[in-house]
Amino acid sequence: MMQPGLYHILIISAALFFIGVFGFFTRRNLITMLMSIELILNSVNLNFIAFNKYVWPHKMDGLFFSLFVIAIAAAEAAVAIAIIINLYRSHQSIDVEDAGEMKY
Amino acid sequence: MEGSTIIFYLLALLTVVSGILAVTATNILRAAISLLFALIGIAGIYFWLDYQFIAAVQIVVYVGGIVVLIIFSIFLTQSAGEKMPSQKLGRTVFSALAAFCGFALVLIQLFQHNFPISKDLTLTPKVADIGTQMLGVKEEGYALPFELVSMLLLAALIGCIVIAMRSKPQTT
Repeated sequence: MMQPGLYHILIISAALFFIGVFGFFTRRNLITMLMSIELILNSVNLNFIAFNKYVWPHKMDGLFFSLFVIAIAAAEAAVAIAIIINLYRSHQSIDVEDAGEMKY
Repeated sequence: MEGSTIIFYLLALLTVVSGILAVTATNILRAAISLLFALIGIAGIYFWLDYQFIAAVQIVVYVGGIVVLIIFSIFLTQSAGEKMPSQKLGRTVFSALAAFCGFALVLIQLFQHNFPISKDLTLTPKVADIGTQMLGVKEEGYALPFELVSMLLLAALIGCIVIAMRSKPQTT
């Protein structure tokens, strides 16, 4: 095994991203789809931090991008869960197939 | 092999295995707990990279905030022991194929590209510098995005209250 470096972290991040994409394709439950989105956002954060550490260690821009992504992800999760709970109140279900009338 | 290398591979294994469990588990509560461990693994990788501040933020916001929110919403919307219905086999196979092809494409691109890796990797940001640059109004300062995010958080807060309040007069 080699000394872990930038490429190892990028491979983990790519793996997490596509695990999230797979979950987003296969899950039909809104909460689990939200969990897949969280995985995708975390893989993006990991990428920013890895590039900041290994390519531009004198700057902190990747770190700030990650911080802003985390803040926006928190806001997004809160709004999404409010919508999901509201949907559950009116439909008694959080399956995306039952939420078809939200389209119109 | 050094200890830090072993720790890195253990963290990587924890992250990826719990990530896979988080999207494949049939019990939704178990999926949420797996997500929790995946996020802790990512925070561990940040600690391994010596970025303590972002690791602490990750633990506080994700592990302490978002996962707890998700678990609460699971309890509010369905009985916890319930199994989710399994998907059609074709959909699972094609999703796995699409994800795997995307992963392979990214890896091919990754190994063809040569990143200009910096020489001094011992440099880590200090919390004081992070604070100074975050609120700086000069060049390279992040005061404007900071204010924008604060406005966005306020908008999200009001939006959540409005969404949660709206159906109340109709149901009662």
